[in-house]
Amino acid sequence: MEVPILKQGPYLIASVQSALTDADLLQLRDGLVEKVGRFRSRGVIVDVTALDVMDSFASRMLRDIAHMIRLRGAETVIVGFQPEVAFAMVQLGLTLEGVATALDLEEGLAFLDQKIKGNERGQGPRG
Amino acid sequence: MDKGRVGDETRVPIGSDVDILTARQRGRALASELGFPNSSLVLIATAISELARNIVLYAKRGEIVLGRIERDGHQGIQVTARDEGPGIPDVGLAMQSGYSTSGSLGLGLPGVRRLMDEFEIVSGAGKGTTVMAKKWKR
Repeated sequence: MEVPILKQGPYLIASVQSALTDADLLQLRDGLVEKVGRFRSRGVIVDVTALDVMDSFASRMLRDIAHMIRLRGAETVIVGFQPEVAFAMVQLGLTLEGVATALDLEEGLAFLDQKIKGNERGQGPRG
Repeated sequence: MDKGRVGDETRVPIGSDVDILTARQRGRALASELGFPNSSLVLIATAISELARNIVLYAKRGEIVLGRIERDGHQGIQVTARDEGPGIPDVGLAMQSGYSTSGSLGLGLPGVRRLMDEFEIVSGAGKGTTVMAKKWKR
């Protein structure tokens, strides 16, 4: 099932609704990378609350998404890993190093707000 | 390793990414029927996903067989992944953490062993691969 990608101000929010095939994950990756340019988005949130399995492929796709979005000049945060899913991932050695995560959508939005303000400060005087 | 009683089995043919999803959903449903807690369902489904993924990656096609088992009054689930692909020349090496012949994909077998209670693998160059993994209800 295709993952809907919603534009919310400067951010894109992809809420995974059901189990995803590899093809769905590739489509999600390509959709986000394209839309970040089309909407000039500053951040991306991928909400995986509904996912009950995160295997090696899904994990690699999330990492690829985060790294590709960064190369496009935006930030990504993955939110909503369930406790059991986190446990299974650690057993498999899937630690998603270098990828930002947050507890839920609310925390993810707060993370991006802070991150983007920080980036803007770093770019010199404004206003 | 004890054999355990093998009851009725569910066979899921594996040949594409969609089959990986089907296999883990069937496995989850069976484990749920057997009364495994949610935390175990996630582990079992994740293990099935990796085993099915290995089949698609290395052998192109094969099957996942799911069955209920019983031993000493304990119930469990057995997951068998079977293919007639190229096989694993050095099983000992494949069971070492971090070993994978296809780069970043399929952290695979050592991880699956950690997710399940019992794990057995039979393979060899040109002989295909059979992995049997069990999880017992506590």
